[in-house]
Amino acid sequence: MKTEILGVVLQWVALVTLCYPLGRYIAHVYREKRTWLDFMAPVERAIYKFCGIDAEKEMNWKQFLKALLTVNLFWFFWGILLLVTQKWLPLNPDGNPSQSPDQAFNTCISFMVNCNLQHYCGESGLTYFTQLFVIMLFQFVTAACGMAAMAGVMKALAVKSTRTIGNFWVLLTKSVTRILLPLSLAVGILLVINGVPMTFEGKQTLTTLEGNEQVISQGPTAAIVPIKQLGTNGGGYFGVNSAHPLENPNAFTNILECWSILILPMAMVFAFGFYTRRRKLAAWIFAVMLFAYTAGVVFSVWQETSGSKQLARLGIACDTGSMEGKEVRIGAAASAMWGVTTTVTSNGSVNSMHDSQTPLSGMLQMLNMQINCWFGGVGVGWMNYFAFLIIAVFISGLMVGRTPEFLGKKVEAREMKIATIVVLLHPLLILAGTALASGLIAARPSLGWLNNPSYHGLSEMLYEYTSAAANNGSGFEGLGDNTPFWNISTGLVLIFGRYLPIVGQVAIAGLLAQKKFIPESAGTLKTDTGTFSLMTFAVILIVAALSFFPALALGPIADYLSF
Amino acid sequence: MCMVLAVGYVFILWLAAVAIAPGGGEATSVEVKGKAVGAAQVGQAFTEMRYFWGRPSAVNYNGGGSGGSNKATTNPEYLGEVEQRIDAFLKAHPYLARTDLPLEMVTASGSGLDPDISPRGAEVQIRRVAEARKMPEETVRRMVESVTEGPWLGLFGTPKVNVLKLNVALDAALENPRGTEK
Repeated sequence: MKTEILGVVLQWVALVTLCYPLGRYIAHVYREKRTWLDFMAPVERAIYKFCGIDAEKEMNWKQFLKALLTVNLFWFFWGILLLVTQKWLPLNPDGNPSQSPDQAFNTCISFMVNCNLQHYCGESGLTYFTQLFVIMLFQFVTAACGMAAMAGVMKALAVKSTRTIGNFWVLLTKSVTRILLPLSLAVGILLVINGVPMTFEGKQTLTTLEGNEQVISQGPTAAIVPIKQLGTNGGGYFGVNSAHPLENPNAFTNILECWSILILPMAMVFAFGFYTRRRKLAAWIFAVMLFAYTAGVVFSVWQETSGSKQLARLGIACDTGSMEGKEVRIGAAASAMWGVTTTVTSNGSVNSMHDSQTPLSGMLQMLNMQINCWFGGVGVGWMNYFAFLIIAVFISGLMVGRTPEFLGKKVEAREMKIATIVVLLHPLLILAGTALASGLIAARPSLGWLNNPSYHGLSEMLYEYTSAAANNGSGFEGLGDNTPFWNISTGLVLIFGRYLPIVGQVAIAGLLAQKKFIPESAGTLKTDTGTFSLMTFAVILIVAALSFFPALALGPIADYLSF
Repeated sequence: MCMVLAVGYVFILWLAAVAIAPGGGEATSVEVKGKAVGAAQVGQAFTEMRYFWGRPSAVNYNGGGSGGSNKATTNPEYLGEVEQRIDAFLKAHPYLARTDLPLEMVTASGSGLDPDISPRGAEVQIRRVAEARKMPEETVRRMVESVTEGPWLGLFGTPKVNVLKLNVALDAALENPRGTEK
């Protein structure tokens, strides 16, 4: 048990120490300073030339968004086409069938929006070709889109007054060539050494020691796992994601993979500080996020290692913690840590079954996704926090009677309206979706998509919509969700949950950027202080957490109290 | 454009796998007399008395379609299922006190393919296996100890016993009574 906790501590330390230098490096990349990966420059130039990109052209926020949405739309159709025809495409040694159109729709959207909600099982629902050229490709592209959007926002906030916020295509390319690709390669090689499969051979069939036949799925797993984690994508190669012993074979790979989830979102906070030369503000934002994250980890590790009350009542030895849905090589503590890490970001990969975790851990995971800005997805998580910052600036400005300003720009009615819509959209999507689904299942129990009765059943549905709206992608997988109703309803939630906030946030940044810069004076509300950070924290808790409290009380809290 | 990068990236990793990975990129297998009997990292079903057993599996150790039970620990139907597993386990191990039965031996893993059990999970089975094989308990115990893997670097994570490796070692010892363990 002690070594389990040490493993969790080691990973926390590795995250906190390494995110700072990585953040500085990312800022250098976007500021076009010299970095040690400059040998990639010819590759980038070749890409610009091939795609007809004018790398010198600066875009305003509307052109920037248009480019972002265009690239997404293109890949969306690419993905659907490949998924419904995968049966006939190469690299399908196991003869897996094509996906149905509604399933392909859900899969494409979910990977396009960086969510990776999976309504299929990777071993049988995809081929090696679509694993690599739909799933993996999307995982690179969407993560890079999030980072490029954030780079645009950073530029808007760093320059005193500007109409343009950078070239989307250049930022997109550099996010891949300078950040995602090198990191993925390093992680991938470490995984390969530890026995994660990387092959194009089909399933192995063998006879077990007791003489039964066993089939073992494998494939190019090690190519997908690194970007799945680093890009906060989360869509696993195998159906059970990183709980699968071939996707996550030992304690070291578990630490490495879990580290990969959070390192870029953490680094992005510091990248903001370096880029805009406001390191103190970044440090305070980081402190708030780290506090919330660490508190969550401690709470969940405590819950899972102390185990389930109901199982303990059966009178057996429960000292290893709650082990239903968990793996022995990973253990209860590291499973709990992963559960928190994957939900504070928009990752959503799992190394244990969240459905089987204790009710309060499940609640914490939902709450993390409902708040959706303790680090958050690569790039977009920080931007969610940014929306809350704008609201906090406004509220505290009103409280102390000063004009609300953020980074030398006046926050006015138009920005406030956008920020409010962005912030309120999230509860609306989740609660309306859950209400619709619970209404349906209550009226017609024969639909039968619940795996567990009563309060926990409500949690399953609430979790699914929360995960979709937060673009997370983990699930209480007991839910029978590969039906047209779930495929289409969560698909719609996914689209709104991803694009409306991004559009809103980039628009706010673009609008702020155009305004006249007001130098700081004694009358300015300081945003890089402990008091203001506490204020933001309170705003987030009140706005986000309280809107979900009634639903949580009926789901996990009732589940916890009912025995 | 992304295609070129993606193909390059996959290719480099594939080369690395062929060059340095333990199984040349494929799932590493455990062999007995040159014949593969399983993948080292993927659990398989054991039900015979002469073998150590792994954990219950929601997919019956189907390596082609992994899955957990996704049962909530507050679900009464599920608790009944666990109760039955406890009874079955105690029936096979009549010498065992209920309070000594480790939880992981009666709960399903997340993947349904968990290759490991805890050292305690192996410990409680030693007497049954020794009796079924007519081997001294001490020999079996030493064998369990030799396959037990400690936490990573001795410091991080959980200790574990790979069930397949343990059973292969047992079979090998039976054929070679002088007990060169491998």
